[in-house]
Amino acid sequence: MGIQNIVFIILLAGAIVLFTRNVRKVIRNIRLGKDVDRNDRPSERWKIMTLVALGQRKMLSRPLPAILHIFVYVGFVLINIEVLEMLVDGVAGTHRFLSFLGPFYGYLIAFFEILAFLVTFGCLVFLLRRNLAHIKRFMSKDLDGWPRTDANLILCSEILLMTALFTMNAADQSLQNLSYGHYIKAGSFPVSSLLLPLFNGMSATTLVMIERICWWFHIIGILGFLNYLVISKHFHILLAFPNVFYSNLNPKGQFTNLESVTNEVKAMLDPSFTPAPVNPDHPMRFGAKDIVDLSWKQLLDAYTCTECGRCTSSCPANQTGKLLSPRKIMMDTRDRLTEYGNNIDENGSFKDDGKALLGDYITAEELWACTSCNACVQECPVNIDPLSIIMDMRRYLVMEQSAAPAGLNLMFTNVENNGAPWQFSPADRLNWAKEA
Amino acid sequence: MEHNNTVTTMADYAAKGESPEILFWVGCAGSFDDRAKKITKAIVRILNHVGIKFAVLGTEETCSGDPAKRAGNEFLFQMQAMNAITVLNGYGIKKIVTGCPHCFNTLKNEYPSIGGNYEVIHHTQLIQQLIDSGKLTVKGGAFKGKLITFHDPCYLGRANDVYEAPREIIEKLEVELSEMKRSRAKGFCCGAGGAQMFKDAEKGNKEVNIERSEEALALKPDVIATGCPFCMTMMTDGVKHFNKEQQTKVMDVAELIAQANDL
Ligand code: SF4
Ligand code: SF4
Repeated sequence: MGIQNIVFIILLAGAIVLFTRNVRKVIRNIRLGKDVDRNDRPSERWKIMTLVALGQRKMLSRPLPAILHIFVYVGFVLINIEVLEMLVDGVAGTHRFLSFLGPFYGYLIAFFEILAFLVTFGCLVFLLRRNLAHIKRFMSKDLDGWPRTDANLILCSEILLMTALFTMNAADQSLQNLSYGHYIKAGSFPVSSLLLPLFNGMSATTLVMIERICWWFHIIGILGFLNYLVISKHFHILLAFPNVFYSNLNPKGQFTNLESVTNEVKAMLDPSFTPAPVNPDHPMRFGAKDIVDLSWKQLLDAYTCTECGRCTSSCPANQTGKLLSPRKIMMDTRDRLTEYGNNIDENGSFKDDGKALLGDYITAEELWACTSCNACVQECPVNIDPLSIIMDMRRYLVMEQSAAPAGLNLMFTNVENNGAPWQFSPADRLNWAKEA
Repeated sequence: MEHNNTVTTMADYAAKGESPEILFWVGCAGSFDDRAKKITKAIVRILNHVGIKFAVLGTEETCSGDPAKRAGNEFLFQMQAMNAITVLNGYGIKKIVTGCPHCFNTLKNEYPSIGGNYEVIHHTQLIQQLIDSGKLTVKGGAFKGKLITFHDPCYLGRANDVYEAPREIIEKLEVELSEMKRSRAKGFCCGAGGAQMFKDAEKGNKEVNIERSEEALALKPDVIATGCPFCMTMMTDGVKHFNKEQQTKVMDVAELIAQANDL
């Protein structure tokens, strides 16, 4: 075993340890949410996951990004098979260990090269589109600062990774042509062979150096990428699957009925009704003020958000200039959740920081602009439900803080007293039948 | 033809020891709002025309609780819902047709877990069933050849995936059904939902109903059809805003059918 293998094994182990640690933190954070049962109807769940996550069905309504995204997504997933080969080579000190597959290996590598080309192409167009095409959902202030950098960083690093792959293959090919060392004839390179003229006349040692540098760059890049995912919107690559699997399968118009309220109302209407005792560890709170009042699914939603802005670009409130942006609701939830988790890491358990999702991140003005139209839920390619968070926070504003806008308070009074949202007498309800 | 607006209340049926085939849940807008009352009467005429034995709750009806729930007042919603369920269950109601997508959604989806289990349909679904079963024949009548566009109410469309029933009915009128770019699952809200109807709009640069009416009016339709009393208010105001009320009428699908059939 050479020094290269030892260095590689250490790096690989380090990357895996780091990744596992960060993923466990994310899982712990998601578990801060309240329980909700999403294990019913498993066959429907597998089906929706296949269609929406694997099959990307909801992307189709916007064909150009859908095709480019398919290139990048399929390429990304399949090229990882080649990365597996690189991992084995790195650990065992082999070179292109799959080459024993013979002609099939040639097809495989050719196929990966074409995929890698499509990934590069897709990322380049995405990069140009995002920065130069003045598409409203990418220009929005929601993305100012880190989110915009994050998106560009990932696209650039994917392009760099693919370039390294092509350069590595081209150098490998040149060495194969020279029949140098262990560079046996293996693979077929429809894309990188176009780069061969660049390597004309280079010495074998230079070529080996280029090949090695690119190999290391590529594999370290991939390990870095893996760990970067966790703190980036690109986590959706992994989380899209569970998130869609645990989708809400009920009609979108069906909002939850708060059980705690049901118990209280029943007790009011029927004095003989005795509600189940309240768990003293979880003081009862109506609606949501902070991330712990949301369900684990709503928190998983927040981590899964791709920040694509499809929700916001279809939101009637946002499109008419209101402050509300369903994408921002998801990003705020994620940011607060991260802050909350870091607080736990630092203090062992959560230490009150005087902040909350409602107020410090999301304002009442945003919440009151929502028409509950479900356009955001419909549009989201990974089945995120921003509306449910908006509703839970409205519940908190109304039931815990009595902070509804004046018009709504009037409506409440009318419903309570007249059984209608306007000030009409219940006795007049059938008057229409007597009018001509 | 004499308009047949006859209605019988559930209490009357019960007194006679009879039970109707279906309960017509009118809703608050349909009971009190002057424009929406016309939709209610159109539905009643259709029901009388086909001879369905239906009832209304009359003064025993109350708000379904939808606006309270969307505004975040879960207490008030559940109070309303439980009172309504007591009345409905008391009469042994099995099947309900609503004149409003909000009542439809609430009764159908949110009542079951607190004790109210009924088969609930929206009036456009009932009309479609009547046409399909041959009980109601629809001719183009006054609308033949007219250009009509359908505005999807959020609580009928996205909320409950009912997109085709209203369209199939409209097509029976031998009209040209023209779609807005944002239609069906991509339909754009009228701006009234989520209890917005009852509050001032938040600060912005345009009203939602103006945006939507503009989109509809761009098709130069003779009629903007819809299936919700709140969409009716918002779209009517929008059309007025552009001074187009002479050229373009806003009508409920039930009104189209009633008028075409001279009911
Ligand atoms: S449900 Fe609310 S947040 Fe979502 S698109 Fe409609 S108005 Fe916007
Ligand atoms: S919630 Fe869904 S649609 Fe909205 S930005 Fe996130 S991923 Fe995109």
